[in-house]
Amino acid sequence: MAEITLRNLRHSYLDIPLSDADYALKKIDLSWQDGGAYALLGPSGCGKTTLLNIISGLLEPSEGEVLFDNTNVNALAPEQRNIAQVFQFPVVYDTMTVYQNLAFPLKNRGMGSSEIDRRVKEVSGMLGLADILGKRAAGLSADNKQKISLARGLVRPDVNVIMFDEPLTVIDPHLKWQLRSQLKQLHQRYGFTMIYVTHDQTEALTFADQVVVMHDGQVVQVGTSEALFETPEHTFVGHFIGSPGMNVFPCQLDAGGVRIDDHHIALDVSPATTHGTDGNLELGVRPEYIHIDPSGMPVEISAVIDVGRYRILDATLGRHSFKIYCPEGVEIPQSDVRVRFDPRHAHVYIDGWRLAGGAR
Amino acid sequence: MIERTTNQKAWWLVLPVLVLVAFNAIIPLMTVVNYSVQETFGDNVFFWEGVTWYTEVLHSPRFHEALGRQLMFTFQILAIEIPLGVIVALAMPRKGILVSVCLVLMALPLLIPWNVVGAMWNIFALPDIGLLGRTINAMGIDYNFTQQPGAAWATVVLMDVWHWTSLVVLLAYAGLRSIPDAFYQAAHIDGASGWQIFRYIQLPKMKRVLTIAVLLRFMDSFMIYTEPFVLTGGGPGNATTFLSIDLVKIALGQFDLGPAAAMSLIYFMIILLLSWIFYTVMMRDEDQK
Amino acid sequence: MRRLGWLIPTIYIIFLLLPIYWLLNMSFKTTNEILGTFSLWPIEFTLANYKKIFTDPTWYNGYINSLTYVVINTVISVTAALPAAYAFSRYRFLGDKHLFFWLLTNRMAPPAVFALPFFQLYSAMELFDTHIAVALAHCLFNIPLAVWILEGFMSGVPKELDETAYIDGYSFPRFFVKIFIPSITAGIGVTAFFCFMFSWVELLLAKTLTSVVAKPIAATMTRTASTSGYELGLLAAAGALTIIPGAIVIWFVRNYIAKGFALGRV
Repeated sequence: MAEITLRNLRHSYLDIPLSDADYALKKIDLSWQDGGAYALLGPSGCGKTTLLNIISGLLEPSEGEVLFDNTNVNALAPEQRNIAQVFQFPVVYDTMTVYQNLAFPLKNRGMGSSEIDRRVKEVSGMLGLADILGKRAAGLSADNKQKISLARGLVRPDVNVIMFDEPLTVIDPHLKWQLRSQLKQLHQRYGFTMIYVTHDQTEALTFADQVVVMHDGQVVQVGTSEALFETPEHTFVGHFIGSPGMNVFPCQLDAGGVRIDDHHIALDVSPATTHGTDGNLELGVRPEYIHIDPSGMPVEISAVIDVGRYRILDATLGRHSFKIYCPEGVEIPQSDVRVRFDPRHAHVYIDGWRLAGGAR
Repeated sequence: MIERTTNQKAWWLVLPVLVLVAFNAIIPLMTVVNYSVQETFGDNVFFWEGVTWYTEVLHSPRFHEALGRQLMFTFQILAIEIPLGVIVALAMPRKGILVSVCLVLMALPLLIPWNVVGAMWNIFALPDIGLLGRTINAMGIDYNFTQQPGAAWATVVLMDVWHWTSLVVLLAYAGLRSIPDAFYQAAHIDGASGWQIFRYIQLPKMKRVLTIAVLLRFMDSFMIYTEPFVLTGGGPGNATTFLSIDLVKIALGQFDLGPAAAMSLIYFMIILLLSWIFYTVMMRDEDQK
Repeated sequence: MRRLGWLIPTIYIIFLLLPIYWLLNMSFKTTNEILGTFSLWPIEFTLANYKKIFTDPTWYNGYINSLTYVVINTVISVTAALPAAYAFSRYRFLGDKHLFFWLLTNRMAPPAVFALPFFQLYSAMELFDTHIAVALAHCLFNIPLAVWILEGFMSGVPKELDETAYIDGYSFPRFFVKIFIPSITAGIGVTAFFCFMFSWVELLLAKTLTSVVAKPIAATMTRTASTSGYELGLLAAAGALTIIPGAIVIWFVRNYIAKGFALGRV
């Protein structure tokens, strides 16, 4: 077990990166607590897998350090780092039996055969592989193969971290839930550090204590699922988390708030005065925090989408279109709809990053 | 694998292939069968001979010798070409323009007409004007493939390695390319050595293409005719007279149609039988799961 | 070890190129120089051998004949194999497995076995010494191969493609030509490459079935070798020229060659 720290990490797949755009990872500083369950969330191509491969040692970073318990491991090969990784597609050694698959990493590390036997039996029991230990791995179903990949990591004593690279992609939907909850149980019981890469927000939010959101080679926010929802630190987090995502309006600073076109919205924008206001200003507010209120701003409703327990309204304010979340029991007026933004849940962003606003 | 539906009308789609191949396979095969049970002294007069020719061929020392040489040759070229092809494929570059350059240069021998291959090796290996022959003799080894049976044999084997190893390389390379990176990464994390990666990942994943390679090389080397015929003419003596060369000698040289036809069929049966055995043995594990 | 990895392919390629180099070397020499002196490159560089081939009709017609039957064979093989491979990849029908295996067994038939009966068959059909005779005879081993490779490629195309097209009201022939064939062009390219290759390199049947009009270049070479004595330079030039069509074809399909056989089913 170890605490993993990434310091000033940058990585480019090119030999001579010329501009920022050539970097797959742009300056990452992050630390992963020992025993934590983390999710690494972001769209395809944001650098998640690159980051994972740097931690596991499959890739050497162009710049910066990877520290395990404050020891630099940059120069260590994957097998020396004592980590485990489960890949998107199950990796099993086809010609070996399930037992031999699990024993393989232990044998390579020179463990005695009675100890190997004990550990293989224990781990296979936990994962429900005990009955098929004698079978050839090649003919098994995808979920069993994925369990073998996982078991090859769990079987090793004192693994620093187990990393999962979208491990449920090829698993049937009904087995996904089962495997995921099995993983959570194992985590609670053994307390190993877990990093779980996914592009699926539900998977990330239900699985992890801390979610690390990545976008375009950068970490844009680290936080609990609640923090990501209530206080997105970047407009990207606002868009990406939540369904539908956060509404974003171009705006200007105003005395005691912001202005969208000629509508004034009262907000606490005091940090902005110290920060300076050069850059592209935006106001972000989630559809859940826009309420229908006769004293608010006039909007046009262009569509009402009934999703069962609630409705989503497509609305426009001047030139800006946005969405409103409308819970059961709230009346939508036939004409002259007016809405109010909840000032405790509205945030001001400058060049995408959160500047002020929201409840403190 | 795609789930296939039952549809007897599919026969119509297969019909053109069936007609073309049957025309080329069944009529000549019938002709051969016909000859193989009869005796002729010319003028299209035939006498029923039954299985006489079959017994004769099966008991003839000449056939046994040619078959022995054929088996030895095929065994040797498989033993050289398959491992060599795999080794070259493993060492091939994985990306970039170099891959195309390598593939194109390696495929070159495969597209040279077989008699040109023979002729090329003839002028390459001749002891007086050939680069290879000259070089070997300059090293103090007496080498002349037109007179020494051993040298002739070695030259034919070397020529076949030159000619066909690339096919194994291409197939093995295709097999290697289909292995996802994750397999290598997982193996590194598991602490596998280079040999273990080969033994437990690359070799099992190449099994299918290697089966194809062994089958193709087996069949084609068993049928080899043009290249050794042009290079050595089957000699010196009978040193490089393989089954096909012997067959043509009997059929067209001596015009012994009956024995030649019987030998053809026995020859064909041997190829079918051995191919089937190869296939069954190499695929046995697949069926177990 | 890793750093020296490039050595293996390099040495192997040098080994492959040496005999070809020697052939080229010979083709630029005069016969006298070939027999008289030993040199690693032509001392009296001459293009006379090539000039002879490009001006003498018995020589250049050989190339035209070979290319003609090879192209006809490739077209016939691919055209006939397309619907058959489709049937094998999509449908189950009476005797399909046996038929597939029987087709493949024809790939195992030694041409030497069939040389004489082929001669008689095509003579009886009055096709002896025509391009079409050689093209048809080569179907014996090229059609099974084409069906085998194409079937592999077609199995990689999801069946939903077919079903969607039928729902959209396509008839089978229209679907096959307009939608299905364009989706497997890579496979057709690879198949055509292998058909071209095996027809181009084969000599025994081609020689048996022709005498004058359709005589392939390879046969011209062997006959010249035996009749006009020892014109090695000329033979080397003719041989060197037979490498060119193959080299051109390889260049076009270089990205697919490696896939060709790998996708066929065993």
